[in-house]
Amino acid sequence: MRHGKLTPAALRRYGFIVSFLIAPLALYIVFFVSPNLQAIQLAFTNSRGISPTFEYVGFENFIRLFDDEVFWAAVRHHGVILLAMPLLSLLIALFFSFLLNLGGGQRNGRLIGVWGSGFYKVVFFFPQVLAVAIVGVLFQAILRPDKDGILNSALGLVGIDPVGWLINPDLALWTIIGVAVWQAVGFYVVLFSAGMASVPKEIFEAAALDGAGRFTLFFRVTIPLIWNTVQVGWVYLGIAAFDCFALVQVLSVDRGGPDNATTVLPLEIWRQAFTYYKFGYSSAMGVALVFLVLTFAALTLRVTRRERIEY
Amino acid sequence: MATDTLSPAAETVVTRPKPPRGGGSGVFGGLSHLALFVWTILTVAPIIYTFLSSFKTNTELFGGRSLALPENFHWDAWARAWEKSNIGQYMLNTVLIVAISTFFTMLLGSMAAYVLARYRFRGNRIIYTLFVAGLSVPPFLALSSLYKVVDNLGLLGTHTGVVLVYVAFSMPFTVFFLAAFFKSLPDTVAEAAMMDGASHTRTFFQIMMPMARPGLISITIFNVIGQWNQYLLPIVLLPGDKQDKWLITQGIANISTSAGYEADWAALFAALSMAIIPILIVYVIFQRQIQSGLTAGVGK
Repeated sequence: MRHGKLTPAALRRYGFIVSFLIAPLALYIVFFVSPNLQAIQLAFTNSRGISPTFEYVGFENFIRLFDDEVFWAAVRHHGVILLAMPLLSLLIALFFSFLLNLGGGQRNGRLIGVWGSGFYKVVFFFPQVLAVAIVGVLFQAILRPDKDGILNSALGLVGIDPVGWLINPDLALWTIIGVAVWQAVGFYVVLFSAGMASVPKEIFEAAALDGAGRFTLFFRVTIPLIWNTVQVGWVYLGIAAFDCFALVQVLSVDRGGPDNATTVLPLEIWRQAFTYYKFGYSSAMGVALVFLVLTFAALTLRVTRRERIEY
Repeated sequence: MATDTLSPAAETVVTRPKPPRGGGSGVFGGLSHLALFVWTILTVAPIIYTFLSSFKTNTELFGGRSLALPENFHWDAWARAWEKSNIGQYMLNTVLIVAISTFFTMLLGSMAAYVLARYRFRGNRIIYTLFVAGLSVPPFLALSSLYKVVDNLGLLGTHTGVVLVYVAFSMPFTVFFLAAFFKSLPDTVAEAAMMDGASHTRTFFQIMMPMARPGLISITIFNVIGQWNQYLLPIVLLPGDKQDKWLITQGIANISTSAGYEADWAALFAALSMAIIPILIVYVIFQRQIQSGLTAGVGK
């Protein structure tokens, strides 16, 4: 590609490249790149709503964040979600995908999944295709605090008093984590099943032949073999733990309540922007969120790095 | 066993024919079936309960018998929900928006991905990095400024605005995935086509796009489901005064708080069923493609 002497073919080639890139790039810059850059700029202003006038206030928004109890509550909640939600989802999913792919014992010397595993995979995955907003409304009805809520009715049969799943401040966040796990598990069952399918079955069978019990097969053979997939799942769920917007906004009482017991950063970002019209402050929270997410991703990749098992 | 050990691992577990009865041995087998059964109930029960509740009266719903079957299967609540909640309108809006924006996401995304994957030119790496960097930015950073940008362009509360934003927000993943896919395609076919005098554009549409079909299908499914389920962007871009423009997730989230439903839980369950059943049907028909399309995104 020398400059200055463009042959007709080279010109056509450049014309083609430009014509194919111009529309996607323009759209992406206008509606994605520029809003994100402007958000960083807004974080240092006192911008309110769509009013065009605002002043630069330096780090004032960030200093205010440090004294903002709701902000810290939200960060704490992300911490709890980050510890509990991926761990529960991954453990349950690993257990089920093990049962569905290898848990059926041996048949003619081959390891098989339990009976009906195809059916289970179809059913377990279904919550994943439901919109989170729909899941939120669904569980609002199911988790109603009175004795007629479906879960409380079921518990009533065994003599347990109605539980305030979403109105008890000590319980509400865990309830929301439970719903998130409910939705996530099937996805990871399918993902891990694909991971297990890509490992040669002979490895599992050789282990079984050598007398490895189910526990050894699960903890010492299966999990190391699909560790890469588990790690990807961990990162993905970890990033999801910093979202939770739709679920908390729809499912929790008073949007993040009771008394901010379930609020998360995305919800506060949205609330500051569209309830109080504090665009500057909201953007500062956005910057803090990005910082948290990137820190998490970098740390996880560092900590979970492990030698890949070649097969 | 000897031949087995030599055979490649292409065989998948999923398609292996199931034995009439596996179950494994003793206690473990029993417990594992119990665990699977319990999770099945946990998954299915909320949906069945919602469906059944849409046929109940308020006395049935609140009389301490909420686990019982409805006495009569009347569709009254469905009619009320259809009239009151505009579910039909929201559904139509969503189908329209998702169809148009997925089409443009795939068209523009594959154009950019193709050029970035298969042509060397100055700035290629920078542009590719710009697209892919978007993957690490949560959508919440840009909320206020996106609102401003869309408002300045006069597109707030319009479906055009939603489509343009959806396409832009879908670019990072679409370009990232499809670029990897186009890179993996062999060079020879494209070269032969060019030799025969096909233009760059024709080679793309008539040779490369058909070759990339498996990747395109996965990412299309991924984008359709992602955009169908989108909740944050609609509530920002289609504010409350544009209720006729709303999308399904917005409409459903709103029915549980809106006034008309306070005393009409049956209608709420009917509206919820209306939103779930089409998804359920599409899922049952395309479950294999949907599962692989969605997991492909994480697997990479």
